[in-house]
Amino acid sequence: MKVLVPVKRVIDYNVKVRVKADGSGVDLANVKMSMNPFDEIAVEEAIRLKEAGKAEEVVAVSIGVKQAQETLRTALAMGADRAILVVAADDVHQDIEPLAVAKILAKVVEEEQPGLVLCGKQAIDNDMNATGQMLSAILGWSQATFASEVGIDGDSAVVTREVDGGLQTIKVKMPTVVSVDLRLNEPRYASLPNIMKAKKKPLDEKTAADYGVDVTPRLTVVKTSAPAERAAGEMVGSVDELVAKLKEKGAV
Amino acid sequence: MAVLLLAEVNNGVLSMDATAKAVTASKALGDVTVLCAGASAADAAKEAATIDGAAKVLVAEDPALGHRLAESTADLIVSLAGDYDHIVAPATTDAKNVLPRVAALLDVMMLTDVSGVVDADTFERPIYAGNAIQTVKSGDAKKVVSFRTASFDAAGTGGSAAVETVGGASVSGLSEWVEDKVAESDRPELTSAGIVVSGGRGVGSEDNFALIEKLADKLGAAVGASRAAVDSGFAPNDWQVGQTGKVVAPDLYIAVGISGAIQHLAGMKDSKIIVAINKDEEAPIFQVADYGLVADLFEAVPELTDKL
Ligand SMILES: Cc1cc2nc3c(=O)[nH]c(=O)nc-3n(C[C@H](O)[C@H](O)[C@H](O)COP(=O)(O)OP(=O)(O)OC[C@H]3O[C@@H](n4cnc5c(N)ncnc54)[C@H](O)[C@@H]3O)c2cc1C
Ligand SMILES: Nc1ncnc2c1ncn2[C@@H]1O[C@H](COP(=O)(O)O)[C@@H](O)[C@H]1O
Repeated sequence: MKVLVPVKRVIDYNVKVRVKADGSGVDLANVKMSMNPFDEIAVEEAIRLKEAGKAEEVVAVSIGVKQAQETLRTALAMGADRAILVVAADDVHQDIEPLAVAKILAKVVEEEQPGLVLCGKQAIDNDMNATGQMLSAILGWSQATFASEVGIDGDSAVVTREVDGGLQTIKVKMPTVVSVDLRLNEPRYASLPNIMKAKKKPLDEKTAADYGVDVTPRLTVVKTSAPAERAAGEMVGSVDELVAKLKEKGAV
Repeated sequence: MAVLLLAEVNNGVLSMDATAKAVTASKALGDVTVLCAGASAADAAKEAATIDGAAKVLVAEDPALGHRLAESTADLIVSLAGDYDHIVAPATTDAKNVLPRVAALLDVMMLTDVSGVVDADTFERPIYAGNAIQTVKSGDAKKVVSFRTASFDAAGTGGSAAVETVGGASVSGLSEWVEDKVAESDRPELTSAGIVVSGGRGVGSEDNFALIEKLADKLGAAVGASRAAVDSGFAPNDWQVGQTGKVVAPDLYIAVGISGAIQHLAGMKDSKIIVAINKDEEAPIFQVADYGLVADLFEAVPELTDKL
């Protein structure tokens, strides 16, 4: 079985985002970019499937600007076998919407014929939580979102999902799209030798046009604003003082 | 303009709070038809019919819709979609599972976690863990929207909308339910509680979490947790508050042994009053707290529980 892992290049999760003064978006020039943390978990899971003999090949795909090459190299250094970069934008500020990403991924799936797509539950930049579900719909496949446990068994997979009420386990038919949640695994760091080796692994470059997918956004950004700031609070010196303040406010 | 609203129904039971909040969010968009789908959904539909602002309720009962499996639920919604301009739901994990699938089948973009409605095409939504609010205008003929429940008040009840039965679902055969592990609790639900007490890594262990729970019970509060506390096994996953967990906005949020990472703040910074108890006076949580107490939680929390 081949496993396809879509990985997105996003702002590093440690960076504090700044909204541009003119309201046109957030400032992404010269900020640290990394692989979307959920996608690291997806790559890790794919590699573990390979190590367990359940997968033969792990292919990482990224859609976006040319710089997403670095994200793919990270996936290769972790242990992916090969990578596909689909260039769909030249400006780092242009986000490709989940619908367009899903359509491109569907074409890649057609070509590559993976038995499993492992993606992240959500990209931490647009916080959409949509791409995996959309891909599954376009392909007419089953889906298992927010996975905290994945067991592949022949032509089906048993997946435990993190849901509002607790945990739900479902059994899905393969091929399938699984979106991974935080507790699935702890991704490994790439070792220096593996980072060196990754430079020689194949990385194909395509464009959105190669797949005939129109990436024109459906949503026009009218403006981007900073959220309302909270007014500075006060420090209290003791539990008694805290209780008094809360009573005064009618909070307890 | 007509809206189809997927009600939150779990095992036949309506989640009134989440559904009524989504009704409030949808009111400006047009007449709201509430869809209750499930293996059993008739009782949920009767209850949904009382929500002020629900113009009509549709009930779809079918074993294939049990446990809200995404494939059959999405197919049902798509089969009904023709009559509606907006297809919406509260942004629960169920809706986040189903609605993007609906959107793709209709070839429209998804609008996730909408926190404000500007007009029928224009919506506000938080991005980058709530560090920016984006206003977007959709060019799609139909809009598929999930509403962040913490951003809207629940609609009242007292209405009596007509309930209509709609055809069942097709069996997709793509997925089947195996089991649910749901913790039973007498505490209020995290996303609708007036008070939330959350513990972080500082709490130190699952046993120590009893301290947090005691304080919560004294206040009639729900219990929350940071990701670190959940990852460490101190608390179950459904307690996680944050960018990738639940978003809450109670009247009072008490953060104990939580540092205040942006991903955590994303889930609670709209709370009315925030209290932080942390032994590190530099902890970023103090920057959003209305009342901060620098103290060892193992002393401060039992004392607080006593004195309330
Ligand atoms: C993709 C992604 C998604 C994430 N999503 C979420 C999310 O949804 N929710 C979330 O919460 N986090 C999330 N995180 C994690 C987040 O970045 C932080 O790591 C996490 O919130 C830290 O949890 P914490 O504050 O409990 O732990 P820490 O940061 O370790 O803080 C523990 C705090 O406890 C205090 N403390 C220790 N002992 C005591 C004591 N005896 N008395 C008083 N205080 C004490 C310390 O001073 C410290 O401030 C996410 C991260 C990523 C990468
Ligand atoms: N541009 C992209 N390139 C590759 N994968 C993506 C891209 N956008 C989204 N994905 C995948 O889809 C997941 C969910 O993203 P989203 O729906 O945008 O929240 C991510 O975690 C990735 O696995």
